[in-house]
Amino acid sequence: MEGRSFGSPWTRLLLATWRALSRAACAMDAESLLLSLELASGSGQGLSPDRRASLLTSLMLVKRDYRFDRVLFWGRILGLVADYYIAQGVSEDQLAPRKTLYSLNCMEWSLLPPATEEMEMQTSVVKGRFMGDPSHEYEHTELQKVNEGEKVFEEEVVVQIKEEKRLVSVIDQIDKAVAVIPRGALFKTPFGPINVNRTFEGLSLSEAKKLSSYFHFREPVELKNKTLLEKAELDPSLDFMDSLEHDIPKGSWSVQMERGNALVVLRSLLWPGLTFYHAPRTKNYGYIYVGTGEKNLDLPFML
Amino acid sequence: MEDSVPVNQKIEHQELGETGRPWEETVTTSQDPELGLSEALELEQRPDTGLQPRSSPPRTPRSGAGTPDRPVDDLVGQRSSFPPSPSQELPSTLSPLALARQDFMAPSQSDKTTSVTSEAETSHFGHLEQLSDKGGSTPHQICQSEGNTFHQPQQTKYPLHDLRGVSHSTSKQKELRFDIFQEDDSNNNYHLDQPESGASEVAPSMLEIAIQNTKAYLLKTSSKSGLNLYDHLSEMLTKVLDQRPENAVDIIENISQDVKMEHFSKKLDTLQNENEMLATYEIAEKQKILFLQGNLEGADQELEDEIAEHALPNIMESAFYFEQAGVGLGTDETYRIFLALKQLTDTHPIQKCRFWGKILGLEMNYIVAEVEFREGEDEEEVEEEDVSEERDNGDSEADEDNEDELPRPFYRAPQAIPKEESRTGANKYVYFVCNEPGRPWVKLPAVTPAQIVIARKIKKFFTGRLDTPIISYPPFPGNESNYLRAQIARISAGTHVSPLGFYHFGEEEGEEEEEIESGRDSFEENPDFEGIQVIDLVESLSNWVHHVQHILPQGRCNWFNPIQKSEEEEEEEDEEKEEEKGEEPDDIEQEVGPPLLTPISEDLEIQNTSPWTTRLSSNLIPQYAIAVLRSNLWPGAYAFSNGKKFENLYIGWGHKYSPDSYTPPVPPPVYQEYPSGPEITEMDDPTVEEEQAFRAAQEAAADSTEENEETEEEEDEEDDYD
Repeated sequence: MEGRSFGSPWTRLLLATWRALSRAACAMDAESLLLSLELASGSGQGLSPDRRASLLTSLMLVKRDYRFDRVLFWGRILGLVADYYIAQGVSEDQLAPRKTLYSLNCMEWSLLPPATEEMEMQTSVVKGRFMGDPSHEYEHTELQKVNEGEKVFEEEVVVQIKEEKRLVSVIDQIDKAVAVIPRGALFKTPFGPINVNRTFEGLSLSEAKKLSSYFHFREPVELKNKTLLEKAELDPSLDFMDSLEHDIPKGSWSVQMERGNALVVLRSLLWPGLTFYHAPRTKNYGYIYVGTGEKNLDLPFML
Repeated sequence: MEDSVPVNQKIEHQELGETGRPWEETVTTSQDPELGLSEALELEQRPDTGLQPRSSPPRTPRSGAGTPDRPVDDLVGQRSSFPPSPSQELPSTLSPLALARQDFMAPSQSDKTTSVTSEAETSHFGHLEQLSDKGGSTPHQICQSEGNTFHQPQQTKYPLHDLRGVSHSTSKQKELRFDIFQEDDSNNNYHLDQPESGASEVAPSMLEIAIQNTKAYLLKTSSKSGLNLYDHLSEMLTKVLDQRPENAVDIIENISQDVKMEHFSKKLDTLQNENEMLATYEIAEKQKILFLQGNLEGADQELEDEIAEHALPNIMESAFYFEQAGVGLGTDETYRIFLALKQLTDTHPIQKCRFWGKILGLEMNYIVAEVEFREGEDEEEVEEEDVSEERDNGDSEADEDNEDELPRPFYRAPQAIPKEESRTGANKYVYFVCNEPGRPWVKLPAVTPAQIVIARKIKKFFTGRLDTPIISYPPFPGNESNYLRAQIARISAGTHVSPLGFYHFGEEEGEEEEEIESGRDSFEENPDFEGIQVIDLVESLSNWVHHVQHILPQGRCNWFNPIQKSEEEEEEEDEEKEEEKGEEPDDIEQEVGPPLLTPISEDLEIQNTSPWTTRLSSNLIPQYAIAVLRSNLWPGAYAFSNGKKFENLYIGWGHKYSPDSYTPPVPPPVYQEYPSGPEITEMDDPTVEEEQAFRAAQEAAADSTEENEETEEEEDEEDDYD
């Protein structure tokens, strides 16, 4: 066992605080919001003091009213008129689908419907910035084939797409594409269920610099396509998700050490605005999204 | 493995033989005289048989019989403070408490690895059979186990007083608070009585059942982690015994956690990383200088001078306002940048300094400082300009050298538009960047119009290293430092805004006519500025004005007429120029941009997206709120104003927003290889009739040599036939 020094009372207090604050959060745990925001501040996007204060208050009430086990602050989608503040509620089962809420003023929260594939199809045609008004309707004209008897007409149909739908779909896409957890934070039992690893003490400094130490927090997609040889290296109880290493295009993440190597920050280039932070050798990790809610389709040209 | 152990044990037993007896007698007599006897017998036997009693013949043939033995060896070895041999570190190492039991139970626990249920069922019967089979051998074993239990305290009497106490008390059934082992304890005690009661065969079976149940319970695998308590406890105790920590009982929780963690730690790679902390210390060391610089200067006068000069901006104050707006770096980082800016202003002759913002890069970020040098102190810049001009000349010379040998390409680069003088236009300020506070500040080169023009057409991420080449189409003239400078110029021109009336044009009326032509490019702070209501700033964009000149499509802020220049400077090439001019529109229209201090309400929309978003920092306390302006054209650019003060800040990737996907420009059409004329154009072959006619004509021509005119006509015909 390595010689651990719980030296000064200050260090001990600090350690205790870190531990208390850093439960296995994926987005930012509302309880540790202030610390998490401080850690993710390197990207320049924070919350104003009044927003922070109101979030701390209102999320507590959200937790009570919706009977969530925990509430996570997910981030902010910048609209032209107003911003959406997004929070997610986690029930007792950590990995069950989360409920997503949004608010425009950080006090009144509304529940969003779960995302469906159909929704994603519909909203994929919408371009441009969010307005900041959930009832705003984007107009999209598309050609639809209309069968009248034997003749086939092409008709221009104006489709109305509500911004709320787009919001749901974008949040879902971001979660699927770039939600990140460090390796070892979750583990899989031989029987299948995935649990939070209570003994996770953070990545080591050298591991923290590697993309292979981070996983997509979603059902594995790429893992099944791996060859047996590649799989032989993996630890089935830990490596049960896709690592960021093989993301396409290569280089769709920027990994940086900040604060004199005390903090590792991953920024997604595919969804600019997503910042993942992890303080090596602590349980502290999480991500926040502050951005326009648009995917960076220009990425291949920009590398 | 087996060799090393018996030696130790022999020594041990010899010692026991000499020193152990008085104690044993005292203990055993208090409990049971018979036991003492068996003990003594046992001890006498041992030196003869060596290891034999430990791995007694009846047990060895059975599967896994050796496994439970080892803990005993382990125990004895450790208790007698001999260094444990590596082979003893087996996963099945057991608690000292359970050892006596373990030894006794050895046959029944033949397979630790078998599933819980099967063990519970089969081994029990197995044991019964075994007992009946073995007959007399069983009591012998019991004797052994007791012998072990009782030797232990004695051996460890001096170095490990506490442990002896524990094991001693265990045998005396005092550890009832350990629920799990409660049964074991009673069992242990039961063994002690066994020889006395004549070792009946029914009683051990009851005992066995109890033990099996206990063990089955302990071996129950957790549905969450896949671990079981039995293995966990044995691993923990192995760890404790291996490492011998001080006050083990106090840190037992941590040991338990460590043991669990070991399941998740990666096996160490043979390739070890180099000391990864080096970089950390390096940065800390560099930043230490920042914190010490105040002390080093010392002299109060200098400090006063600096304060008077106002070279250093109070970025903590602006950071406070930006925090109200929900933008900005953390307090800690801001303060470090503050110190770094102080270092910059201390080491350079700087008139005015501003924290421009932060540009995110792939590997490192840039912290950008906007600086204005004091009058007459920017000589460095002049030198740099010379260098770059020389470079340009070098290129053109190379072209001229090639002229003789190679065919000259028809493509001629358009006249390079000269860059703007320092202190004017896009080069009004000088920019310094550093990757991290404490690292050296690097001055960015002045921007050229060509760089701005190309920068508009490309979209590349910054890497954080200034010397990275920009690989793009159209090719960018320069490396990342030039691209960074170009983007800074574009962002400044697009997003630096101030409340209306904060700045006004200088009152140099004599030059007004000139200024109208070129657009006024100088302004100064308005001393009469009285401030604007915050609410007005939020509600109307026309209360904000640009105070950085618009960059024309040409790449300059002040328009430059390329034709004029070409006639003056390059008279040699004038003729060719004129040819080209025939193709191009003769008079290039002067590009005109909005003049300085134009309200931002005039800014163009980007496909129905307004270029700015305003809001009040707080709706809860509007009387103290500030106006916040967010650029939608340059995501990451912010401005605030509290009515009197304002500041601009950019934190982002340094890219302009466009609702459409980026499309690289199409390559220009391919140039003609050579001028196409009739002599190289393919023609139809002449028909027979034509040939005959031609021949006839030739003959006719040969005949009539006198008539010149005719021949000329024929020649014309010849041309046609060719």
